[in-house]
Amino acid sequence: MKRHLLSTADLTRDDALLVLDTAEELARIADRPIKKMPTLRGRTVVNLFYEDSTRTRISFEAAAKRLSADVINFSAKGSSVSKGESLKDTALTLAAMGADVVVVRHPLSGAPHRLAHADWLDAHVVNAGDGTHEHPTQALLDAFTLRRHLRERIDSPDAGSTALDGLHVAIVGDVLHSRVARSNVHLLSTLGARVSLVAPPTLMPLHTEGWASEVSYALDSILPTVDAVMMLRVQNERMNGSFFPSAREYSRRYGLDERRLSLLPDHALVMHPGPMNRGLEISARAADSPRSVVVDQVRNGVSVRMAVLYLLLSGSEPAIGHEEVGA
Amino acid sequence: MTAVPARSSASSDDPRVVLDASDIARALTRIAHEIVERNKGCADLVLLGIPSRGVPLAHRISARLAEIEGTSVPVGSLDITMYRDDLRLQPARALEVTDLPAQGIDGRVVVLVDDVLFSGRTIRAALDAVSDVGRPRAVQLAVLVDRGHRELPIRADYVGKNLPTSLRESVHVQLDELDDRDAVLLGGGGTPDSDAPGDAAEVGSGEGS
Repeated sequence: MKRHLLSTADLTRDDALLVLDTAEELARIADRPIKKMPTLRGRTVVNLFYEDSTRTRISFEAAAKRLSADVINFSAKGSSVSKGESLKDTALTLAAMGADVVVVRHPLSGAPHRLAHADWLDAHVVNAGDGTHEHPTQALLDAFTLRRHLRERIDSPDAGSTALDGLHVAIVGDVLHSRVARSNVHLLSTLGARVSLVAPPTLMPLHTEGWASEVSYALDSILPTVDAVMMLRVQNERMNGSFFPSAREYSRRYGLDERRLSLLPDHALVMHPGPMNRGLEISARAADSPRSVVVDQVRNGVSVRMAVLYLLLSGSEPAIGHEEVGA
Repeated sequence: MTAVPARSSASSDDPRVVLDASDIARALTRIAHEIVERNKGCADLVLLGIPSRGVPLAHRISARLAEIEGTSVPVGSLDITMYRDDLRLQPARALEVTDLPAQGIDGRVVVLVDDVLFSGRTIRAALDAVSDVGRPRAVQLAVLVDRGHRELPIRADYVGKNLPTSLRESVHVQLDELDDRDAVLLGGGGTPDSDAPGDAAEVGSGEGS
């Protein structure tokens, strides 16, 4: 009966809307004097981070604490992992400690899937970024931010909650190494948005035919048509070859500078999952411009992660996520 | 707003209308008068409806208070889902809207409004939720129907109708704003249904716990 959040491809449109609508209600408690609810009292959330992270870990920690869950932070540095402990042994340890949810970030694609399916532990697994595969809660907070800021531009259905129908979002930069891009392609298209991937050919995945997105190599012609542009971080730590001649050349061809900022429609948003390489994929002027919603993205991240934890954990069975074998 | 006439004795499983639209209107008017009397006016009042059916009831009471006293009483809604003690007994549920009046509730007299008072657990959760959003001077409780079977030491200050029930019966409130008609229905005890207190009750239309 376990269920997990491993990939946005597992979310139906109704699942995704339930997360966004729940997050919308939970966002209101951020304005209250007491930002805490007793909902997950006595539950234990383990943040299992094999990779450095600031905002995702803090965001999950804040989300869990606002729901009164106990939080255990585990980072590979300074733990038995640096002595060579395997993922399996770590998982068995966490199971013995009674973890209800394991939020896992790992440099290898598929590690959360392994954790969820290997029968090592009983907990719900939430993927907080695995290698170059997926980062579902980032995509959910991006969708939440898009919906909040562009609500009046979205084609609304007669009944039910608003999705992202009719929006055009460009995802620009290092798509090849980006788990944020993969999660967003699935989720934004599920929610009805049109997604364009823009990258140099060397940083575009080889087989994007099956993806619900369009592919372009020229940024300037796309910019006037978008409702939001999502700049991806150039992931130097995952690059083991030369993908572009120089940082300056990359910045000139695919960086969001002032000239490109002026090509955007007046209402269009500038987004970035962070951390930003100012001066490389995004200029300081663009990052700090009024149309940049980077700080809102971080704020919304807490509400969205609260919604995910609430929906996975509060009931007798989770309200979202894909069915396990035997469920 | 047309009330279905109460049937005398159909099958005992069919829900029976115990309050029709005019009964509900009279009950709410009386509750409004009692609120004014108890609080000597309605200067510092805030009405907080518990979703979903407490909210339209709170608006109706506010409209009556405006007629009686000539001042408008702020109305809000207070979702108590995150404070429930039975969350783990049923699938995770979607949240309802919490919308507090701009003036807040600090130092005011909060009147909680719900449709049915049953086990008292919803009100217990509401009291916790209230204390997380502010510190009112006093909290009072108004319900359209009190069906008994309390499991906690909780009572209502204003009751539209005391309705003695057996645990096997079900009480449903229908309101024009949500259900296109005003009525309180008492379901027969045909099946040992899920709304025994303590059980994971409250599905369908406006069944209180």
